Amino acid sequence: MPLLKVEKLTHFFGGLRSVDDFNLELSENELVGLIGPNGAGKSTVFNLVCGLYRPTQGSITFEGHDLIGRFPHQITSLGIGRTFQNIRLWNELSVIDNLRIAHFSQIDYKLLDSLFFTSRLVKDEQKVSQEAIDLLEKFNLIPYINELPRNLPYGIQRRVEICRALVMNPKIILLDEPAAGMNQGEIDELIKLVRWVKDEFKVTIWIIEHQMRVIMNICERIQVLDFGSTIAEGTPEEIRNNPQVIKAYLGEEVT
Amino acid sequence: MKRFGMPTLIGISFLICIVPSWLGWFSNYIQFIIALIGINIILTVSLNLINGYMGEFSVGHAAFMGVGAYSSSLLTVYLLTDSSFFGKAILPEELAILIFPITLIIGGITAALFSLLIAIPSFKTRGDYLAIVTLAVNFIFKSAIENIDAIGGPRGFMGMGKVMKAMDNLVSFPWLIFWTFVVVVFSIYIIRNFVNSTMGKSIVAIRDDEIASELMTVNTRWLKIVAFMLSCGLAGMAGGLHAHTVTFINPSSYFILQSTYILVMVYLGGMGSLSGSVISAIVFTILLELLKPLDVFRWVVTPLLLIILMLFRPTGIMGNRELLDVFPTLKKYFSSLQERLSNAIIKS
Repeated sequence: MPLLKVEKLTHFFGGLRSVDDFNLELSENELVGLIGPNGAGKSTVFNLVCGLYRPTQGSITFEGHDLIGRFPHQITSLGIGRTFQNIRLWNELSVIDNLRIAHFSQIDYKLLDSLFFTSRLVKDEQKVSQEAIDLLEKFNLIPYINELPRNLPYGIQRRVEICRALVMNPKIILLDEPAAGMNQGEIDELIKLVRWVKDEFKVTIWIIEHQMRVIMNICERIQVLDFGSTIAEGTPEEIRNNPQVIKAYLGEEVT
Repeated sequence: MKRFGMPTLIGISFLICIVPSWLGWFSNYIQFIIALIGINIILTVSLNLINGYMGEFSVGHAAFMGVGAYSSSLLTVYLLTDSSFFGKAILPEELAILIFPITLIIGGITAALFSLLIAIPSFKTRGDYLAIVTLAVNFIFKSAIENIDAIGGPRGFMGMGKVMKAMDNLVSFPWLIFWTFVVVVFSIYIIRNFVNSTMGKSIVAIRDDEIASELMTVNTRWLKIVAFMLSCGLAGMAGGLHAHTVTFINPSSYFILQSTYILVMVYLGGMGSLSGSVISAIVFTILLELLKPLDVFRWVVTPLLLIILMLFRPTGIMGNRELLDVFPTLKKYFSSLQERLSNAIIKS
């Protein structure tokens, strides 16, 4: 059974068909890319899966759960982590607090415990903080633990964001243009990081990216979107030589 | 040292506020001001939870205060005194000492339930919606009470003075200041715990980026409703205390002017700073009283002072920092909950 199954997904922004008949199956521990020119509807697909938009048609199932009509926080606590195109860390909270708050769905204590500082709260908070620290240690982020994210270098912010997406023990993480705004050196590090995350945490990674170097290097399977519809699907090698993809990116030759 | 800092502070303020009033060193007027300061602290701290930590904009805090004020004073007057509104007392006067705190809590709960009615539709969307709704609530509350003739309507409601006198007759003790003090400590305690726990800190995350919070598994709508109810419940308790302090209430005591006072105190103290709220509530209340001789010119001088303060310190007295961040030397005596938690982990 596939982990995530998207069938016949269609979504309209007003009269504009932003996603048209999108199909996808993700199985465990895969690394799948989603590419396409600007405005092709890639981020919209992510937002549909996360429940930020409601699709006009189609179905999304994750491990047998129907995701249509659920709130975003319910969907993500089922085990879907996500990062954003423009980094969306909470800039007024320290790095460790960023990770702690992502534990929200795993908190056992009740509201009254948090009001009266009971021993259950202390135990749970310690557990949550310990998990956050362990995760930060794996990502070599311990030196930045009490910093505010906005004071960190860009590459580190990306790393914190990926780290935060892994807090809820996801089975899938969606990376939305993780290499945006990075230089070559940072991109090399990111490629290593994504591979390492896939092996270390045994997650499926679904990635949107414009940097062909990243996509061609790490993805096992690529799907190409243009104006909302899928125009090609296959291994990096196939995509590289697909005439339709070249046309979507570079346009047609004038004869 | 650290563990005893807070209890010592509470003990000292207890001694300063209550013992002199008990021994009769403070005149009635000063006792009235002390109670008023306490009430303003509760209101400011609770509104800070919505406007400061959560980043929503509620302008109708006085309405929730009014709900608490009316429900608790209606109850005490109905149960304990012979009044022109409800006739004979139901319970003997001697029970006043016991009944009074219970009615305060009931007032708080009523206000919290009332706020739930407002919170459910308001938090479906984000933005200035809550400001408009709470403004409307202020008007609705005033017109609703004005049109219920059984509880005085626009003429107001009284009789709480008899309850206070009954309590004083039984055991001579500044009961009102005592209960105000208890509620102040209680509100600061629970709000401080709340905003330091992961659950409560998530409201700061909502202020920062609501979509990111929702996608990071935070149940934003539930959390916003809970924080709003908590805040309004505390305002209701403050209302109950206020009604028994002034012993005469009418609908316009809990109208836009009162809401504005609370807002001013929150912004004066600093958004998202509990110690700032406490300081600004004390300073602002005393300032208003000191300027009383100026009569009408009070309303010229006070806004002027506020404008000057905002020009030089646009983020309020404390900004979004706490007292401990401003005076790190005090950390010897007080430890924040956050610190206590993270220390425990780093050591392990």
